[in-house]
Amino acid sequence: MAGTTSEPRHSAGQRRTVDEREVARFAALADTWWDPRGSMRVLHKFNPVRVGYIRDEAARHFGRDPSGLTCLHGLSVVDIGCGGGLLCEPLARLGAEVTGLDPAATNVEVARLHAERGGLAITYRDETVEALAARGERFDIVCAMEVVEHVADVGAFVAACCAVVKPGGLLFMATINRTLKSYALAIVGAEYVLRWLPRGTHSWEKFVTPDELTDAIEDNGLSVLDRTGVVYNPLADSWRPSHDLDVNYMLVAARPEQREA
Amino acid sequence: MAAATGTGRKHGEGLQGGRGLPPARRVVIGGGGLAGLTLALSLAKGSAGGLDVTVFDPALAQPAPGGDASRASAIAAGVRRMFEALGVWSAVADRAEPILDMVITDSRLADPVRPSILNFSGEVTPGEPFAHMVENDDLINALAAACRQAGVTLVAEAVMGFSAGPDRVSVTTASGEEIEAGLLVAADGARSRLRDMADIGWIGRSYGQVGIVATIGHERPHGGRAIEHFLPSGPFAILPLATREGRHRSSIVWTERTADADYLLQLPAEDLHEELERRFGLELGEITLLSPARGFPLSIGIARRFVAERFALVGDAAHLVHPIAGQGINIGLRDVAVLAEKIIDACRLGRDVADEEALLAYERARRFDTVTMGIATDGLNRLFSNDFLPGRLVRDLGFGLVERMPAVKRFFIREAAGLVGAVPRLMRGEAL
Ligand SMILES: Cc1cc2nc3c(=O)[nH]c(=O)nc-3n(C[C@H](O)[C@H](O)[C@H](O)COP(=O)(O)OP(=O)(O)OC[C@H]3O[C@@H](n4cnc5c(N)ncnc54)[C@H](O)[C@@H]3O)c2cc1C
Repeated sequence: MAGTTSEPRHSAGQRRTVDEREVARFAALADTWWDPRGSMRVLHKFNPVRVGYIRDEAARHFGRDPSGLTCLHGLSVVDIGCGGGLLCEPLARLGAEVTGLDPAATNVEVARLHAERGGLAITYRDETVEALAARGERFDIVCAMEVVEHVADVGAFVAACCAVVKPGGLLFMATINRTLKSYALAIVGAEYVLRWLPRGTHSWEKFVTPDELTDAIEDNGLSVLDRTGVVYNPLADSWRPSHDLDVNYMLVAARPEQREA
Repeated sequence: MAAATGTGRKHGEGLQGGRGLPPARRVVIGGGGLAGLTLALSLAKGSAGGLDVTVFDPALAQPAPGGDASRASAIAAGVRRMFEALGVWSAVADRAEPILDMVITDSRLADPVRPSILNFSGEVTPGEPFAHMVENDDLINALAAACRQAGVTLVAEAVMGFSAGPDRVSVTTASGEEIEAGLLVAADGARSRLRDMADIGWIGRSYGQVGIVATIGHERPHGGRAIEHFLPSGPFAILPLATREGRHRSSIVWTERTADADYLLQLPAEDLHEELERRFGLELGEITLLSPARGFPLSIGIARRFVAERFALVGDAAHLVHPIAGQGINIGLRDVAVLAEKIIDACRLGRDVADEEALLAYERARRFDTVTMGIATDGLNRLFSNDFLPGRLVRDLGFGLVERMPAVKRFFIREAAGLVGAVPRLMRGEAL
């Protein structure tokens, strides 16, 4: 059903002038990002668990009914490391005002194109969270899913993420734990045996444990509300939340409301 | 978002805008029979107004006439629970007749006494009969009213064509209007044109039989008993209806070979009455025909796929079974319960209304189940539609065994009630 290429549609005036060959290249890339059976297959399988977690925790925190189709209505969200927009689009459909951030200009172009096709209003920018923090921009919900394991300086990255959370807002992070099990599953399993991910996608030494991440976040004045593991069920070919934090895990932290002076 | 702006909107007006919701939150349903209307209501209620739902059907131009001319159906307990969860059961409950017990006989027409070979009397839970007889028109009218109240847009027009792409499906109506949506559901009955347009094949065959349907008045009360006489030409079912204006009534489904049915249906009234009486028997006293007798050609079939890009089939458009087991609507509404659940769950995760995984999960859940039911009812019909001794032996022995084993019988009752297997939330009586 998916994967059929269509003419890229875009409203005039909204896009920068790009040459047609570039647009075609982005369209092809968008189809790659968005093909549930293509090279991003694992991310597609993983996505519902992430969205479900963000939805449920945010609904609880902001007093919304998670069964409503637009339960994030009016909340501002920034997704750091948005890639092709796999997380931004569902969050936008749930009613959030979403900004997607990715340092790779190609990703941003691909994500923008795909959102336009689906008629979704999402702001995409090719910049870093540090730049956002420096300008003092803030959001109700900040997501940095599967980014921590790729950054050079975890402390500085976490500080920048925390800085863009509004008082009373939430920070979501997802990453991979540094355990023997994660070495076996995430590196040997996913990259070498199953070929889910290109070799060299991850380096184990960069993985961060839940406690290290919690400390880094709480050093910035937020408090961690929940930590949840995510495990793969090979029989159902799907991911589900779990108490087991040994490999993949997600957490949510809140910045306290501002005290009246 | 939850405002019921769909009510009273004249057709063609503002359909394009669809309450300002994007295509990924708009559903068009082609066909407003029991399957189409129940799906519309399930989606509107399950999404609390978060989905824009439009039903097209020329038959929606006026309310279903109702009365003795209406066809009636056995509604299984699972479906009744679903109507309760959707808030429509109360509108038909006082005209619904519980089936308290069901008798199956196997006999030749001339047999003076028809021995009962199987007797189901059962409740799925204490006080909950396994089925109710409800007049189709009552249900259609109750569903249409509930749909309007839930903000569904009902348009008395046919769907003429559509084209589905990766981002949306564009649907053309009889008045030439084009509507953009995320998903088109075909609920346009057994001869579904939308299924053909989607290029989905159909595997099936005719039974060479016609089901003659009529409403019968009789002197004595039926006591909530359903009777199925397995006659050599095919089953003859007597199903209890609610008393109307002091008259005891039953609905019959009378199966005959096509040529015989054609002959019967053109007989003068008194001759038809005589033929009817020979089959109906005299247990309930003098009988009268309260409605014209109408014939429905019977066939069996199943669509090769239940889904395609931004497209899904439900109800008779997806599958057709012999009315012998009174399961057509019940299977169709199980499609609806599963499809609505998959769609709503996907939308709650911010996914497209035509999410590929959700549609494939619907197809996986339903196509297998339908094949099982199709084979079961087909086998039942073949077993009973002959005057051949081994067949009679098998059915006498087979049903005799069932009769003696309470556990098996209990399973049959729950199966007939639609409460076996992975039961979708709506059929457990839960809200979506
Ligand atoms: C003799 C007989 C007895 C039966 N008894 C029972 C029983 O006791 N219990 C039971 O469960 N089932 C029974 N059935 C089966 C049951 O009637 C069907 O399964 C059920 O009516 C199917 O509902 P549906 O909504 O899928 O289709 P339908 O009821 O056929 O509705 C299809 C609708 O689509 C509309 N339509 C068609 N084309 C278009 C178009 N292009 N655009 C828009 N709208 C369109 C039509 O106007 C119609 O309203 C019986 C069937 C027969 C023949």
